[in-house]
Amino acid sequence: MRILALIAKRLVWFVPTAAGLIAVVFFISRVIPSDPVALLAGETASREAIETLRIKLGLDRPLLVQLLDYYRQLSRGDLGTSLFTTRPVSEDLLARLPATIELTLAAMLIAVVIGIPLGVISATRRNSPIDHGLRILTVGGLAIASFWLALVLQLTFAMKLGLLPLQGRITGFPPPAATGFMTIDALLAGRWDRLASALAHLTLPAVTLAVPALATVVRFTRAGVLDTLGKPFVTYQDAIGIPHALIVWKYVLRNALTSTVTQIGLLFGILLAGAVVIETVFQWPGIGTYAFESILQSDYAGVMGFTVYAGGIFMLANLLVDIAHGIIDPRGGRT
Amino acid sequence: MSANPLLEVRDLRIGFATDSGVARVLDGVNLSVERGRIMGLVGESGCGKTTLARAVLGILAPNATTEGGAIRFDGQDLLGMPRDRLQREVRGRRIAFVPQDPYGAFNPLFRIGDQIMELMKWKSPLRDQGERGLGALLTPYPRARRRADRAAAIALLNEVQIPDPERALGKLPGQFSGGQRQRLMIAMALLTNPDLIIADEPTTALDVTIQAQILKLLRSLAKDRGVSVLLTTHDLGTAYEICDDITVMYAGQEVETAPVAEFFANPRHPYTAHLLASLPDPAREIQEIGGEIPSLLSPPTGCRFHPRCRSASAQCAAARPPVSGERQMVRCFHPQPLQQEARL
Amino acid sequence: MTGLAYVLRRLAHDRSALLGLILVLLVVLAAILAPVISTHPEAVWDMNPANRLKPPGGEWLLGTDRMGADIYSRVIYGARITLLIAFVAVGVSLLIGVPIGLWAGWNELWIGETLMRVSDVFLAVPQIVLAIAIAQTLGPSIENVILALSVTYWPWFARLVYAEVRTLKNETFIEAAIALGVPQWRIVLQHVLPNVASPIIVRTSIGMGFTILTAASLGFLGLGAPPPAPEWGRMISESREFLPEAWWYALAPGVAIFAVVMGFNLLGDGLRDVLDPRLRRAHER
Repeated sequence: MRILALIAKRLVWFVPTAAGLIAVVFFISRVIPSDPVALLAGETASREAIETLRIKLGLDRPLLVQLLDYYRQLSRGDLGTSLFTTRPVSEDLLARLPATIELTLAAMLIAVVIGIPLGVISATRRNSPIDHGLRILTVGGLAIASFWLALVLQLTFAMKLGLLPLQGRITGFPPPAATGFMTIDALLAGRWDRLASALAHLTLPAVTLAVPALATVVRFTRAGVLDTLGKPFVTYQDAIGIPHALIVWKYVLRNALTSTVTQIGLLFGILLAGAVVIETVFQWPGIGTYAFESILQSDYAGVMGFTVYAGGIFMLANLLVDIAHGIIDPRGGRT
Repeated sequence: MSANPLLEVRDLRIGFATDSGVARVLDGVNLSVERGRIMGLVGESGCGKTTLARAVLGILAPNATTEGGAIRFDGQDLLGMPRDRLQREVRGRRIAFVPQDPYGAFNPLFRIGDQIMELMKWKSPLRDQGERGLGALLTPYPRARRRADRAAAIALLNEVQIPDPERALGKLPGQFSGGQRQRLMIAMALLTNPDLIIADEPTTALDVTIQAQILKLLRSLAKDRGVSVLLTTHDLGTAYEICDDITVMYAGQEVETAPVAEFFANPRHPYTAHLLASLPDPAREIQEIGGEIPSLLSPPTGCRFHPRCRSASAQCAAARPPVSGERQMVRCFHPQPLQQEARL
Repeated sequence: MTGLAYVLRRLAHDRSALLGLILVLLVVLAAILAPVISTHPEAVWDMNPANRLKPPGGEWLLGTDRMGADIYSRVIYGARITLLIAFVAVGVSLLIGVPIGLWAGWNELWIGETLMRVSDVFLAVPQIVLAIAIAQTLGPSIENVILALSVTYWPWFARLVYAEVRTLKNETFIEAAIALGVPQWRIVLQHVLPNVASPIIVRTSIGMGFTILTAASLGFLGLGAPPPAPEWGRMISESREFLPEAWWYALAPGVAIFAVVMGFNLLGDGLRDVLDPRLRRAHER
């Protein structure tokens, strides 16, 4: 029941926040100096033809009216039609969404599976060489420009060493489409060669994307564990002879994670932001490249659609995090 | 006292490293706990009683250094024992612990039942030592023993008067009051059939009305099972209620040890005498001891009470007095004479 | 100014914070002394096709780029652009965000609450997404990058200050000051502001690093200062088509970015440890 109340609260907040976000980007995108309508109409179009097209597209009305219209449109689930691909934006985004999610999940997996144990080790061996080394690495990880790291990795592993592919999602024909996740699709079809190719292609982008996220996870886990280690129940369990490894990995970790879990929502923001640039560098056909292309082509609908999507994903991630927090910490109140 | 005490601390010296230097928290302390008896370790805040209690279990803070002395438990040397052996064989199993703060001692995210059963998984009397290390961590909890342990836990929860023990096991620590949590910890201390319970100011954090209940409960349970108890407290009244023997500490030194009756009838050390005199008595004005507790960073030489002691002489500052006496032992060059008007 | 002396003294004990400070100072100095320490100051903006894509060595410390310009000199001059963007953008964010946060936190009016909701909107989506939209709209230039970054970063300061002020308002010493009849503006300036100063300082340092990375990303995507400006992100982007042969082309600007951001991060961490003894701030970025 608590969980339902949580979901309801999040959804209630989603609407005005999303509306505000859309309004902001909407106004910005409408202030574009170049005139895409003219571009659409073609080079030989006359002034009247351009104006007719503009009226037909509804772009001559006052901005506020256009905004309200957009809201109405959104409530029907219609994200508009891309001015350049002439396909509905929602279709384009949906087609590209699995690619981004596959990449983001892979990066998240790397960050969490490696990051949490490293954070625990860093905290339990505080001020040891391992701890100092890890702290330097995490600060460094947050200081590297992700696009630069992408290039360096491409240079090393793809160009010089030839170990991993340069870009794209797969070499050759993709496996039969089922979920849109190439790795899972390949698995489902039993095509190991396709799986190998998909995984190879996924490696560099996922690792690059994971670096700042990994650094963040290590830092937060370390802080949370250090904080928990000072609590009296740790001393008590030690005094009554519970094995030390158990105290740390079963009990302390769970307490430390209650604060880390909320950071995972933050993590999603980092990953999403990174995805835009990294997808571009690796030619990864996700919503990040779509966003960039839309911006370059002044495609209003594309930009708006991406923003709504990004906002939506972010909110969903936060919701999932809240639920996870509710499970890990059964006390019910916010710490 | 006797020839074969259960716990014997000899000449223990412990220092704490702080920003301003080394604090000499324990200065050659002696302590004995007899089998089946309850020893009260009494002293003001900062006298080192908690440090002494924790030193026995080896759970001191990282900035503590043991500079000398010995701790022997049932013939075994605890100070020299390797940490993992201490963890496996002694802690929780042969020496149990009841901490001071009932509010902090339980992990707030795990149910009481889970935390108790965790203890039983490792420390139940029914467990044979068996595996160590990673193997032990991965071995599952045998079903039959788990059932037996659970039954024992419920039985003991009944004895400590926790209502509805079956349901209680499923609750979170936050759902219990301070007094109840303290009882739970006493239950946990007894569940493993220890030889000694170390209770570090177990009632300080509780309401006065509850304190007496808990103490009496602890005493009766311990006596029933023949378990020794080392109880630290700053409250003489507590000591009087449930202890068989009392050791008084001042600024890191023990000054007097005696069975309860003799102690209260004839306090021999000047400090002890002052302590008893300073108990509020409607017949007289409040009497206080002049001066302050010394800093442990640069404590007085010899007997650390000498700056505040009316009977002090040059001898007292020169060296620490040796132990004198048989049943009632005191460390003083000028102890009070044995004939003293009966108090209390 | 014993506060400052105390902070500096404690910072000096923290080796990594000291390293951070040194890195930052080095980059700032390099930017200021650019004409002095670069080897080809006049050629930064030149086109000299005869020298294009030469490897490091000899006349060109770090090699030349596709236009024949000396990369080492361009990186040094690029520091000016980067630092300018970062200082101004963070400065403007501060100037907008802190007063808004102070005002909204102190006066519990609906306007303040609304402003915080607005800043939530900005915090809801990753900064770079918004920055890209804004920068692209306005066209590639340094001013527009600064504008885009300021507009998207002020909410961080506003939110931070707002939360701090709200907490402080409940402190007894503030209540006492109000009860004593001290005018509100004085309380805010004399009591509240010094207490929120520490988190603001920490976030400023960390924000500098963050802003530099975002600005470089914008430059990489072609949305920053237009050529021939020696902007680090753009230089890295230009280098792409000449990999893997001209490996030196991408290296120097990337290392430069790394060094300066690392410096600000280390400094920020060190400041946080010194200024905020309540180390429960695990939620700070």
